[in-house]
Amino acid sequence: MAAKTVTEERNVYFIEAMREGLRAMLGEDENVVIIGEDVGRSVIGATRGLVEDFGPMRVRNTPISEATFVGMCVGAAAVGLRPVVDLMVGSFFYVAMDQLADQAAKLRYMSGGQVNLPIVYFTATGPSGSAAAQHSENPHPMLMNVAGLKIVMPSTPYDAKGLMVSAIRDDNPVVYLQDFVLGGVRGPVPEETYSIPLGVGDIKRAGKDVTVVAIGAAVPKALRVANKLEAEGISVEVVDPRTLVPLDMDLILESVARTGRLVVVDNARLTCSAASEIVASVSEKGFDLLKAAPQRVAWENVPVPFSPPLEERALISDSDIDSAIRLTLA
Amino acid sequence: MTTTSALKDLSQDDAIMMLRNMIRIRRFEEKLSVLFKRGKLPGFVHLYTGEEAIAVGACSALRTDDRITSTHRGHGHLIAKGARVDRMMAELFGRVDGYCRGKGGSMHIVSFELGIIGTNGIVGGGIPIGTGSAWADRHLGRDNVTIVFFGDGASNQGVFFESMNIASVWGLPVIFVCENNGYTEWTPTSELTAGNIVDRAAPMGIPGEAVDGNDVVAMRFAVERAVERARKGEGPTLIEAKSYRWNGHNEGEEAFAGAYRPDEEQAAWRERDPILAFGERLVENEWLSRDEWAAIDSDEQAQIEAAVEFAENSPFPDAEEVLDHLFAPSKERA
Repeated sequence: MAAKTVTEERNVYFIEAMREGLRAMLGEDENVVIIGEDVGRSVIGATRGLVEDFGPMRVRNTPISEATFVGMCVGAAAVGLRPVVDLMVGSFFYVAMDQLADQAAKLRYMSGGQVNLPIVYFTATGPSGSAAAQHSENPHPMLMNVAGLKIVMPSTPYDAKGLMVSAIRDDNPVVYLQDFVLGGVRGPVPEETYSIPLGVGDIKRAGKDVTVVAIGAAVPKALRVANKLEAEGISVEVVDPRTLVPLDMDLILESVARTGRLVVVDNARLTCSAASEIVASVSEKGFDLLKAAPQRVAWENVPVPFSPPLEERALISDSDIDSAIRLTLA
Repeated sequence: MTTTSALKDLSQDDAIMMLRNMIRIRRFEEKLSVLFKRGKLPGFVHLYTGEEAIAVGACSALRTDDRITSTHRGHGHLIAKGARVDRMMAELFGRVDGYCRGKGGSMHIVSFELGIIGTNGIVGGGIPIGTGSAWADRHLGRDNVTIVFFGDGASNQGVFFESMNIASVWGLPVIFVCENNGYTEWTPTSELTAGNIVDRAAPMGIPGEAVDGNDVVAMRFAVERAVERARKGEGPTLIEAKSYRWNGHNEGEEAFAGAYRPDEEQAAWRERDPILAFGERLVENEWLSRDEWAAIDSDEQAQIEAAVEFAENSPFPDAEEVLDHLFAPSKERA
């Protein structure tokens, strides 16, 4: 299929691409079920309309009991269902942390590999503009440290659909994080069902001077800055890992081998962020490749504040990315 | 509370098997207490001694393809659901022939083929998991049921209320069996718990039944009634089984816990030994002679000794197994 045709005929919103992945998997495997608060109406939109086609038993509304329905998926998956949870907002994971981190993530390992737990926990996540501290979290750094959860964080509608398909087909608990601000982004998405393997990153823009690894909603920001710097003759490569567990370190190291410079942009608090992990790994495994100290661009170590100027100051700006890139070139 | 139970409604074979299983649990736990004191066990153990009638009565009402979730005080549930004591012992020794190849230990022994789908170190942690297996079985059109075992302490966790609520609303085939042994770790449960635990069923619109947890026959029939309802699609039941743990919260607690349970209280409950009481009933009923009873006991003792030998002869897992079993292999090609 020619890419040009796809772009013209199928320019799809990110949230619709997720829905296409969900719909395809509901159709492919009758053991796939979606549960969550108001998944019938779907405020955020990923499950909207699915209940009409698949019925209220396969697209099932739950009470507001995150800990319990996150944990119920463990028992359900152990005996044959493939549950998919719409958690709605990323920080709601905190309500369910025991069931996610102690149960879903650990049961296979603790049992000596007796059981597979095919579960997807997806949610809208990250800052969306004055949503305030409890609706702006990005929990991926914390969850990367749990061990036993795969973590998916797509940046384009194309990746959103293909990764949703892979996440649901995967036999492990997968956390799928949809950056709130990407929900309304449009991009080319093939109509047919396709999958993108978990653990395979993607070079979103080729360049030769600096590698910028960007995650989720940081990808479009990094691309914007890269395009601007092109005019100054600075060639930026933007690498999107797409999944954080497993993490495609080979792709990142290959890119750094070409450019010799690394900036990691993470839509999360700086301390122990994915950016911290990636910079540490590159420093250990690729120290000789580096021509300059690697840089992290992430949030201030504060809860995300409400008031617009405060929020803007706490989060990542294009100029933060710009400055970090220039620092590696100085 | 159900205080009388009808032995006549049991078969003789069932009754003797139940006595045997209770004895097996008792001897297993007594052995662990000794092994712990001798420093033979890595980690720590929570013993079930005194509560055997609950697990055995409850699990005797299940089919082999029914499911349970268990607790940190779980050895009794596992044995009652058919787990082999040698593989359990090997797990407790951290050996490769243990049910979990040494990755789980005392608090995490599971066997999915036996329907033991989660044994938890987190108080209340298994309640949603068993609610979930009941959901899946119902969704998939099967008639399996799940027993969720949990303690009086767990009855104050939010997931208990949440799980009863969703099980009621969705009509799930789950039986919530609360083992009330009187103590939430080292504090009397009465100081920490409002009202009667069994009464928490009423606002959820589900049946609740308090049972003498030292009467294995009463337990059997209370659970059987709940199982029957669940299989017919009539939803969940809460059962509060009142009993007492003879040992501490965990072995070795005397080093830090102090004397927190009155001697008279402990003595009174030991007078109500569920195994002795049941054995005497079988003898009175002429289903069992004292010699046969003694033979069962010595046979079970021998099995436990054999289990220890099995465990000691089983190798530790290769240290590189630490990296195994985290994720199932991916079907998608990279």
